[in-house]
Amino acid sequence: MTRTTVEPVRRSVSVPLTPERAFALFTTRMERFWPRSHSVGTTPPAAVELEPRVGGVWAEVGEDGTRTPWGRVLAWDPPDRLVLAWQLSADWTYDDTVDTEVEVRFTAVPDGTRVDLEHRGLDAYAERAEEVRAALGSPGGWAGILTAYDALAAGERF
Amino acid sequence: MHTDGVTTAGAVLDALGDATRRAVLDELRSGALPVGVLAERLPVSRPAVSQHLRVLQDAGLVRATAAGTRRLYALDPEGARTLRHYLDDVWGQALDAFAALAQEESARQEEP
Repeated sequence: MTRTTVEPVRRSVSVPLTPERAFALFTTRMERFWPRSHSVGTTPPAAVELEPRVGGVWAEVGEDGTRTPWGRVLAWDPPDRLVLAWQLSADWTYDDTVDTEVEVRFTAVPDGTRVDLEHRGLDAYAERAEEVRAALGSPGGWAGILTAYDALAAGERF
Repeated sequence: MHTDGVTTAGAVLDALGDATRRAVLDELRSGALPVGVLAERLPVSRPAVSQHLRVLQDAGLVRATAAGTRRLYALDPEGARTLRHYLDDVWGQALDAFAALAQEESARQEEP
Protein backbone atom coordinates (compact mmCIF):
# COMPACT_ATOMS: atom_id res chain seq x y z
CA MET A 1 0.00 0.00 0.00
CA THR A 2 1.38 3.38 -0.93
CA ARG A 3 -1.26 5.67 0.60
CA THR A 4 -0.10 7.58 3.64
CA THR A 5 -2.71 7.91 6.32
CA VAL A 6 -0.81 8.10 9.58
CA GLU A 7 1.37 11.16 10.17
CA PRO A 8 4.85 10.59 11.57
CA VAL A 9 5.48 11.43 15.22
CA ARG A 10 7.77 14.49 15.41
CA ARG A 11 9.39 15.75 18.59
CA SER A 12 12.21 18.23 19.19
CA VAL A 13 14.21 19.28 22.19
CA SER A 14 17.26 21.52 22.77
CA VAL A 15 20.13 20.47 25.01
CA PRO A 16 23.18 22.39 26.32
CA LEU A 17 25.73 19.97 24.84
CA THR A 18 27.71 19.85 21.60
CA PRO A 19 26.25 17.57 18.92
CA GLU A 20 29.09 15.10 19.60
CA ARG A 21 28.23 14.80 23.28
CA ALA A 22 24.47 14.85 22.67
CA PHE A 23 24.83 12.01 20.15
CA ALA A 24 27.00 10.01 22.55
CA LEU A 25 24.63 10.55 25.48
CA PHE A 26 21.59 9.65 23.40
CA THR A 27 23.09 6.44 22.07
CA THR A 28 24.85 5.13 25.19
CA ARG A 29 22.50 6.10 28.02
CA MET A 30 19.08 5.31 26.61
CA GLU A 31 18.01 3.44 29.75
CA ARG A 32 18.49 6.69 31.69
CA PHE A 33 15.79 8.55 29.77
CA TRP A 34 13.51 5.85 28.37
CA PRO A 35 10.13 6.01 30.18
CA ARG A 36 10.23 3.12 32.65
CA SER A 37 6.57 2.33 32.18
CA HIS A 38 7.21 1.42 28.54
CA SER A 39 9.53 -1.52 28.69
CA VAL A 40 8.94 -4.31 26.22
CA GLY A 41 10.40 -7.05 28.35
CA THR A 42 8.90 -8.51 31.48
CA THR A 43 10.97 -6.36 33.85
CA PRO A 44 11.98 -2.66 33.63
CA PRO A 45 14.98 -2.14 31.33
CA ALA A 46 18.27 -2.21 33.23
CA ALA A 47 20.04 -1.21 30.03
CA VAL A 48 19.26 -0.36 26.44
CA GLU A 49 21.85 -1.69 24.01
CA LEU A 50 22.60 0.07 20.78
CA GLU A 51 25.45 -1.39 18.75
CA PRO A 52 27.31 1.56 17.17
CA ARG A 53 27.21 0.44 13.53
CA VAL A 54 24.79 0.00 10.64
CA GLY A 55 23.02 -3.31 11.14
CA GLY A 56 23.75 -3.21 14.88
CA VAL A 57 21.17 -4.47 17.35
CA TRP A 58 18.90 -2.17 19.36
CA ALA A 59 17.61 -4.07 22.38
CA GLU A 60 16.63 -3.72 25.98
CA VAL A 61 18.13 -5.83 28.73
CA GLY A 62 15.80 -6.45 31.66
CA GLU A 63 16.78 -6.48 35.32
CA ASP A 64 16.65 -10.28 35.12
CA GLY A 65 19.14 -10.26 32.22
CA THR A 66 16.57 -11.02 29.52
CA ARG A 67 17.43 -9.41 26.20
CA THR A 68 14.46 -8.19 24.15
CA PRO A 69 15.16 -6.74 20.69
CA TRP A 70 13.49 -3.47 19.61
CA GLY A 71 15.04 -3.23 16.16
CA ARG A 72 18.35 -2.37 14.51
CA VAL A 73 20.56 0.48 13.33
CA LEU A 74 19.81 1.68 9.77
CA ALA A 75 22.12 4.72 9.69
CA TRP A 76 24.93 5.65 12.04
CA ASP A 77 26.39 9.09 11.20
CA PRO A 78 27.76 10.66 14.39
CA PRO A 79 27.35 13.40 15.39
CA ASP A 80 24.63 14.41 12.91
CA ARG A 81 22.19 11.63 12.43
CA LEU A 82 20.95 8.26 13.59
CA VAL A 83 18.24 6.10 12.01
CA LEU A 84 16.83 3.12 13.85
CA ALA A 85 14.36 0.47 12.73
CA TRP A 86 11.60 0.22 15.36
CA GLN A 87 10.26 -3.31 14.95
CA LEU A 88 7.66 -3.61 17.64
CA SER A 89 4.18 -4.79 16.78
CA ALA A 90 0.98 -3.27 18.13
CA ASP A 91 0.96 -5.67 21.06
CA TRP A 92 4.42 -4.40 22.02
CA THR A 93 6.37 -7.47 21.00
CA TYR A 94 9.31 -7.73 18.62
CA ASP A 95 8.34 -8.57 15.04
CA ASP A 96 10.98 -8.22 12.32
CA THR A 97 8.28 -7.73 9.67
CA VAL A 98 7.27 -4.41 11.27
CA ASP A 99 9.01 -1.64 9.34
CA THR A 100 8.88 1.68 11.11
CA GLU A 101 11.79 4.10 11.37
CA VAL A 102 13.03 6.47 14.03
CA GLU A 103 15.34 9.19 12.72
CA VAL A 104 17.17 11.42 15.18
CA ARG A 105 19.06 14.48 13.94
CA PHE A 106 21.50 16.54 16.01
CA THR A 107 21.97 20.12 14.83
CA ALA A 108 24.37 22.64 16.38
CA VAL A 109 22.58 25.78 17.61
CA PRO A 110 24.07 28.77 19.52
CA ASP A 111 23.43 27.29 23.00
CA GLY A 112 24.08 23.66 22.21
CA THR A 113 22.22 21.15 20.06
CA ARG A 114 18.71 20.79 18.77
CA VAL A 115 17.54 17.19 18.68
CA ASP A 116 14.81 16.43 16.14
CA LEU A 117 13.16 13.05 16.31
CA GLU A 118 10.82 11.58 13.72
CA HIS A 119 9.10 8.21 14.05
CA ARG A 120 7.70 7.41 10.61
CA GLY A 121 6.25 4.56 8.60
CA LEU A 122 3.38 4.23 11.07
CA ASP A 123 1.18 3.08 8.20
CA ALA A 124 2.70 -0.29 8.99
CA TYR A 125 0.20 -0.31 11.83
CA ALA A 126 -2.72 0.77 9.61
CA GLU A 127 -2.00 -2.30 7.48
CA ARG A 128 -2.25 -4.36 10.64
CA ALA A 129 -5.54 -2.84 11.75
CA GLU A 130 -6.86 -6.13 13.03
CA GLU A 131 -3.84 -6.71 15.25
CA VAL A 132 -3.76 -3.09 16.42
CA ARG A 133 -7.45 -3.15 17.31
CA ALA A 134 -7.07 -6.38 19.22
CA ALA A 135 -4.08 -4.97 21.12
CA LEU A 136 -5.83 -1.66 21.80
CA GLY A 137 -9.04 -3.31 22.82
CA SER A 138 -7.68 -5.85 25.28
CA PRO A 139 -8.19 -4.73 28.90
CA GLY A 140 -4.52 -5.27 29.75
CA GLY A 141 -3.39 -3.68 26.50
CA TRP A 142 -3.13 -0.20 25.13
CA ALA A 143 -6.58 0.92 26.25
CA GLY A 144 -5.59 0.31 29.86
CA ILE A 145 -2.17 1.88 29.40
CA LEU A 146 -3.63 4.95 27.69
CA THR A 147 -6.23 5.41 30.41
CA ALA A 148 -3.56 5.17 33.08
CA TYR A 149 -1.27 7.49 31.13
CA ASP A 150 -3.98 10.10 30.59
CA ALA A 151 -4.79 10.05 34.30
CA LEU A 152 -1.12 10.54 35.10
CA ALA A 153 -0.72 13.35 32.56
CA ALA A 154 -3.86 15.10 33.88
CA GLY A 155 -2.50 14.86 37.42
CA GLU A 156 0.76 16.44 36.34
CA ARG A 157 -0.94 19.24 34.47
CA PHE A 158 -2.72 20.68 37.52
CA MET B 1 -10.02 8.52 22.11
CA HIS B 2 -8.94 5.88 24.63
CA THR B 3 -12.59 5.63 25.65
CA ASP B 4 -13.34 4.27 22.18
CA GLY B 5 -10.73 1.60 22.74
CA VAL B 6 -12.51 0.48 25.89
CA THR B 7 -16.08 0.60 24.60
CA THR B 8 -15.31 -1.25 21.39
CA ALA B 9 -13.20 -3.97 22.97
CA GLY B 10 -16.11 -6.42 23.02
CA ALA B 11 -17.18 -5.51 19.50
CA VAL B 12 -13.62 -6.03 18.24
CA LEU B 13 -13.34 -9.46 19.80
CA ASP B 14 -16.75 -10.46 18.44
CA ALA B 15 -15.81 -9.18 15.00
CA LEU B 16 -12.56 -11.11 14.98
CA GLY B 17 -14.21 -14.27 16.27
CA ASP B 18 -15.54 -15.16 12.82
CA ALA B 19 -13.41 -16.83 10.14
CA THR B 20 -15.18 -15.08 7.24
CA ARG B 21 -14.64 -11.67 8.78
CA ARG B 22 -10.97 -12.45 9.30
CA ALA B 23 -10.86 -13.46 5.62
CA VAL B 24 -12.45 -10.11 4.67
CA LEU B 25 -9.77 -8.27 6.65
CA ASP B 26 -7.07 -10.32 4.92
CA GLU B 27 -8.45 -9.34 1.50
CA LEU B 28 -8.46 -5.66 2.50
CA ARG B 29 -4.80 -5.68 3.60
CA SER B 30 -3.69 -5.01 0.05
CA GLY B 31 -6.10 -2.11 -0.49
CA ALA B 32 -9.73 -0.94 -0.61
CA LEU B 33 -12.30 -3.13 -2.39
CA PRO B 34 -16.02 -2.98 -3.26
CA VAL B 35 -18.48 -5.57 -1.88
CA GLY B 36 -18.79 -7.30 -5.26
CA VAL B 37 -15.09 -8.13 -5.47
CA LEU B 38 -15.04 -9.39 -1.90
CA ALA B 39 -18.03 -11.65 -2.66
CA GLU B 40 -16.23 -13.07 -5.72
CA ARG B 41 -13.12 -13.85 -3.73
CA LEU B 42 -14.82 -15.36 -0.71
CA PRO B 43 -17.10 -18.40 -0.55
CA VAL B 44 -20.09 -16.39 0.73
CA SER B 45 -22.96 -14.46 -0.85
CA ARG B 46 -22.91 -10.74 -1.46
CA PRO B 47 -25.58 -10.00 1.20
CA ALA B 48 -23.54 -12.06 3.69
CA VAL B 49 -20.41 -10.03 2.85
CA SER B 50 -22.39 -6.81 3.41
CA GLN B 51 -23.50 -8.04 6.79
CA HIS B 52 -19.93 -8.98 7.80
CA LEU B 53 -18.72 -5.56 6.63
CA ARG B 54 -21.32 -3.89 8.85
CA VAL B 55 -20.03 -5.80 11.88
CA LEU B 56 -16.43 -4.89 10.99
CA GLN B 57 -17.41 -1.22 10.59
CA ASP B 58 -19.20 -1.18 13.95
CA ALA B 59 -16.04 -2.56 15.55
CA GLY B 60 -14.00 0.19 13.88
CA LEU B 61 -11.89 -2.26 11.89
CA VAL B 62 -13.16 -1.24 8.46
CA ARG B 63 -14.48 1.98 7.01
CA ALA B 64 -16.41 2.73 3.84
CA THR B 65 -15.62 5.48 1.37
CA ALA B 66 -17.55 6.60 -1.71
CA ALA B 67 -15.70 6.28 -5.02
CA GLY B 68 -18.07 7.68 -7.65
CA THR B 69 -21.19 5.57 -7.47
CA ARG B 70 -19.50 2.66 -5.67
CA ARG B 71 -18.61 2.19 -2.05
CA LEU B 72 -15.14 0.95 -1.26
CA TYR B 73 -14.24 -0.79 1.96
CA ALA B 74 -10.81 -0.36 3.54
CA LEU B 75 -9.03 -1.14 6.79
CA ASP B 76 -9.71 1.69 9.21
CA PRO B 77 -6.46 3.42 10.20
CA GLU B 78 -7.99 4.80 13.40
CA GLY B 79 -6.38 2.09 15.48
CA ALA B 80 -3.03 3.10 14.03
CA ARG B 81 -3.79 6.74 14.89
CA THR B 82 -4.43 5.75 18.48
CA LEU B 83 -1.10 3.97 18.48
CA ARG B 84 0.51 7.06 16.98
CA HIS B 85 -0.88 9.19 19.83
CA TYR B 86 0.63 6.77 22.29
CA LEU B 87 4.05 6.74 20.57
CA ASP B 88 3.95 10.54 20.48
CA ASP B 89 3.57 10.51 24.27
CA VAL B 90 6.33 7.95 24.74
CA TRP B 91 8.82 9.95 22.64
CA GLY B 92 7.75 13.21 24.29
CA GLN B 93 8.52 11.74 27.71
CA ALA B 94 11.77 10.21 26.47
CA LEU B 95 13.07 13.48 24.97
CA ASP B 96 12.09 15.50 28.06
CA ALA B 97 14.03 13.04 30.21
CA PHE B 98 16.92 13.17 27.73
CA ALA B 99 17.02 17.00 28.00
CA ALA B 100 17.13 16.72 31.82
CA LEU B 101 19.96 14.19 31.60
CA ALA B 102 21.86 16.45 29.15
CA GLN B 103 21.42 19.35 31.58
CA GLU B 104 23.02 17.25 34.36
CA GLU B 105 25.81 16.20 32.01
CA SER B 106 26.46 19.80 31.03
CA ALA B 107 26.58 20.95 34.70
CA ARG B 108 28.96 18.10 35.55
CA GLN B 109 31.25 19.12 32.69
CA GLU B 110 31.42 22.73 33.92
CA GLU B 111 32.56 21.76 37.41
CA PRO B 112 36.30 22.41 37.94
